[in-house]
Amino acid sequence: MAAGQRKLDIDQIGDVTVARFVDKKILDENNIQIIGNQLFGLVEEDGRKRIILDFTNVEYLSSAALGKLITMDKKVKAAGGKLRLCSIRPDIYEVFAITRLNKLFDIQDDQDAAMAGF
Amino acid sequence: MSEASHLDVVIPSDTSRGSEVQEQILALMEGKGFTDRDLFGVKLALEEAIVNAIKHGNQLDPGKTVQITCDITDQRAIIIIEDQGEGFDPSDVPDPTDEENLDKASGRGLMLMRAFMTSVTHNENGNRVRMEKEKSAE
Repeated sequence: MAAGQRKLDIDQIGDVTVARFVDKKILDENNIQIIGNQLFGLVEEDGRKRIILDFTNVEYLSSAALGKLITMDKKVKAAGGKLRLCSIRPDIYEVFAITRLNKLFDIQDDQDAAMAGF
Repeated sequence: MSEASHLDVVIPSDTSRGSEVQEQILALMEGKGFTDRDLFGVKLALEEAIVNAIKHGNQLDPGKTVQITCDITDQRAIIIIEDQGEGFDPSDVPDPTDEENLDKASGRGLMLMRAFMTSVTHNENGNRVRMEKEKSAE
């Protein structure tokens, strides 16, 4: 069942949730829709407030995926929480830099840096 | 110098079919010795252009199709994507990096296409885009 596919690996470290993307490619509308719903569920269903999104596995990501991340950031902030992104490879970071989203998101080098002072 | 590779396909308004064509084009480019970085940029631009054609151009109408034509030489790849929609004026697309647009969830596809391809041009009607990628030095 496509809609039941797990797209995020979740680790709870103290009061911080680390969600690691499983897929190498965050492309294709249907796939992005599923990933978006699983992301939003962390805030809206689970009530998690301190969330780190780990991009270690991600090799490709489209503008539609960026849209979901922006919506996620808004949902976390609206819930009074904080969102950080980490472990973004240089090719993908360039996508954030070109679109200036590196200014919008709190992006850290790796999970340790993201955990520090969070 | 080897012969040019050519691809000409018509797909329905279905993004999963678009992904198959992407893979075919990338395989042809790989065969011509394009770098990983070139392939990354072209894959990203193709994804955006095909989604734009299907979603914004054809409005996901299953009765409409998208034509994808591609010519690849040892020096460059030229990809043309044409939808059956009403077209648009690229100059009407707001700059997604403006402060007021920075937190909007959409509107970045065209910008990424331009950033990762050597050139991106539209026909007058705006329903056909021509993207060119020159091969980078190794």
